[in-house]
Amino acid sequence: MSDQKVNHRQVNENQCQACMPLGSVIALKGIEGSMAVVHGSQGCSTYMRLSMVEHFNEPVDIASSSLNEKQAVYGGEQNLRKALDNVTRVYHPRIIGVMTTCLTETMGEDIDQMIQVYRKERKDTGIDIIPISTPSYSGSVTEGYWTATREIIRYYAKDALPHDGINVILPLVSPADIREIKRILDLMKISYTLIPDISSTLDRPYGISYEKIPPGGTKPEDIQKMSGARATIQFGTQCPDSISPGLFLKEKFGVPLYNLPLPVSLHHMDQFIDTLYTLSGNPVPSSIMLERGWLCDAMADAHKYMAEVRPVLYGEPELISAIYTLCLEIGSEPRVIATGSPHYSLMDDDVTNTDGGVDRIVLKDADFASIEYESVQRGVNLAIGHSGGKILTERHGIPLVRVGYPVHDRLGGQRIVSVGYTGTLTLLERIANAYIEEKYRTYRQSRKAEYYDTGEMMHAES
Amino acid sequence: MQTIPSVTDGASPLCLKEREQSIITTGKSNPRINCVDDSLAGAVSQRACVYCGARVVLNPITDAVHLVHGPIGCASYTWDIRGSLSSGSEMYRNSFSTDLKERDVIFGGEKKLALCIDEIVEKYHPPAIFVYATCVVGIIGDDIIAVCKSASSRHGIDVIPVESSGFISGNKIIGYRVAGNALMKLLTPKEGEVIEKTKKVNFLGEYNLGGEKWLIERYLRELGIEINVACTGDSTVASIKQILGGFLNLVQCTGSMHFIARMLEENYHTPYIHVNFFGAYNTSDSLRRIARFYNEPRMIERAEKLIYRENERIKPVIQHYRQKLTGKRAAIYVGGAYKALAIIRQLRELGMEIVFCGTQTGRPDDYEQIHGMLQPGSVIADDANPAEIERFLIEKKVDLMAGGIKERVLAYKLGIGFVDHNHDRKDCLAGFDGAVNFAHEVFVTACSPVWKSIRNQPAWEVAHV
Repeated sequence: MSDQKVNHRQVNENQCQACMPLGSVIALKGIEGSMAVVHGSQGCSTYMRLSMVEHFNEPVDIASSSLNEKQAVYGGEQNLRKALDNVTRVYHPRIIGVMTTCLTETMGEDIDQMIQVYRKERKDTGIDIIPISTPSYSGSVTEGYWTATREIIRYYAKDALPHDGINVILPLVSPADIREIKRILDLMKISYTLIPDISSTLDRPYGISYEKIPPGGTKPEDIQKMSGARATIQFGTQCPDSISPGLFLKEKFGVPLYNLPLPVSLHHMDQFIDTLYTLSGNPVPSSIMLERGWLCDAMADAHKYMAEVRPVLYGEPELISAIYTLCLEIGSEPRVIATGSPHYSLMDDDVTNTDGGVDRIVLKDADFASIEYESVQRGVNLAIGHSGGKILTERHGIPLVRVGYPVHDRLGGQRIVSVGYTGTLTLLERIANAYIEEKYRTYRQSRKAEYYDTGEMMHAES
Repeated sequence: MQTIPSVTDGASPLCLKEREQSIITTGKSNPRINCVDDSLAGAVSQRACVYCGARVVLNPITDAVHLVHGPIGCASYTWDIRGSLSSGSEMYRNSFSTDLKERDVIFGGEKKLALCIDEIVEKYHPPAIFVYATCVVGIIGDDIIAVCKSASSRHGIDVIPVESSGFISGNKIIGYRVAGNALMKLLTPKEGEVIEKTKKVNFLGEYNLGGEKWLIERYLRELGIEINVACTGDSTVASIKQILGGFLNLVQCTGSMHFIARMLEENYHTPYIHVNFFGAYNTSDSLRRIARFYNEPRMIERAEKLIYRENERIKPVIQHYRQKLTGKRAAIYVGGAYKALAIIRQLRELGMEIVFCGTQTGRPDDYEQIHGMLQPGSVIADDANPAEIERFLIEKKVDLMAGGIKERVLAYKLGIGFVDHNHDRKDCLAGFDGAVNFAHEVFVTACSPVWKSIRNQPAWEVAHV
């Protein structure tokens, strides 16, 4: 049904992904009292800061061990130690995550060992220092994000007494998405540990006193207890097993894992609520049923427009999988599904309502040159994804609905909601309205071009 | 606000001890500032790397391909980030990467680089490809010079290596130098090739971020002078190759282009003068000096006419904003010193007081100039970090910050106005039009009602606290 295609060209033209350490830093920012030290050259941390600042519209501080050629040859341990010292002095963090880069990985820096020695010498700091290996030639933001989340859990999770709470492990979604997921969990009266929680650390309200490390994030003491949880819900159907945080908790501590798709779309959200209902035995409150009803109502209202939408979806694997489901359940046929991550598999079985005849392609490890080519070939008329897709609009007039990471050319990347019944409704109407806007802008001219007879033909014949 | 503990005692000193020599207060003690040094590990420098410096200088060459040899990140972070405008090709707005994977890092990336170049040539036939070395390439020792040389002769186009491994000491400044070397390679005539001298000028260190090159071109035409080529805003490979035809080099961004100007003077005897088109005063002064260089009375006359006309035109507008802005306090943190100097002058023209000024890449003589322009008690910092900037924004009761994106979000969080003077701006800030645009932008943010609106707390919120 769908072609699966890996990019066979050598050159990557216009990137649909960024590097592993960036994903790792984003995940770390969801842990309370944390600060990141990127072990590499100065530029890496600055680029990551820029990327995050543009998306989240928040100050984001990331330290660097600022290696030069001398350290590149003789090793960067002294610089890393200095960086840890200085970050401790200025930021008073509770946790420091140390991410490697392609430079330090290629140099063969053993950061585990360096950190061990450092900790032994600086006994009294009380700071947890977590090494996270993220060579950017081995993956993308997605893999960096999962790796960091897994390493943080691995660092803290110890055998804990069994308790009633559940673990909720999130892929890279917006702070607003996380707030929505928490609201749903609260409505279902479930106690939970959610990780990584960037809902307030990367989206702080104005008016609270400014702190260098923003308040919020998952508490280390809660992470410690994740091993005793009743179950783990992980929105990570696309997450490779080797870096799956939920799988780690299952294998090491026997915590049952519900690896669910991201709750965008009616079907996925139903699965989420269903799981919460089963796990807790608590009734689903009427407010959630109302929200579901509103989403269904909106889907009915939008279905005919959506049937005309032939979208390209690209970005984070979990997000595009979920939006793919949303499209299919309302009767829109995605033509191109693409991710810059090397890991992706489309799960058609999730949805029964597919039209087998549609010409569809799945691209992983994709760049925008291939996304652009396939989109034009396959008559795509709407793009859904991050800001990289702006070239589809600029070059081909394809409207873009911005969602995912990064959204750097519009305000409010940190506050785009697409999860939950309500978030799905919002996203659905943004998509439908983008299509309607384009249609209403062009239909007069289109119809005229198609049908209006100037009489010239007749004139010519006579 | 948190206090920043020192390395030594944790009491309440200014900053990290190693940073103390990089921060000075005017009118106090030692005016020497420690700069042009490598960033301190863990200090959260706002600086970028050698690759970044090289890429921002070369990227505006509109019809060239920019191929980043390394893992994906470096290309991804620099895709279409610089807002330089083009009157023709849009090729430069693409970002190409050899996307090195683990295999390539182990076995070497030269083969893949050669294949990537072949693919690009086949698809786009660009007149030139710049190949940037990144950190990994510097470590695994790919011989990009050899690969470029062979690709160059294979395809009959310029394939120019840019040796910009990010970890090279000196970061962005060295990146400028590396870009300069690449430009010199491009513009050096092939054997037997002769480039005719003209009466035109080259405009070095102008990147056409908001159409500045085009506006200045209009002014110069009015004087009777044509621009041969701007380096590198809205330039093409072919036009860069004509640079030796220039009669005079105008150098604006000294950080990035002083090297090229010097090389052109030493090797090809093209003289250069410094210009600066940010602000009405600087624009007038630059036009006068250019006209004087040509030493043609008619040209000087035309320059004076233009300067008078434009100054008269904008005076009432500037005066209007000056009334609103007089007495407001400003902070500046930008990449290059020439920009800092221009902004200081412009904000002063608007009646504002500069209480903090820092740069990422300033040199000792730049800081001497900055020092000379500020009132006693102002703070000057080299390679400042967010903790320091935050501290001085609050301590100095700043109303307006001028800087880049990273400074913007910090300023807004602290309830301070912000004016963008960086690569992602969309508006023209040069010349007389630019002076008005700048004043307007400063006014709408420094005097915005929003600060009062969001600072006001409702009674119930106050009660709650």
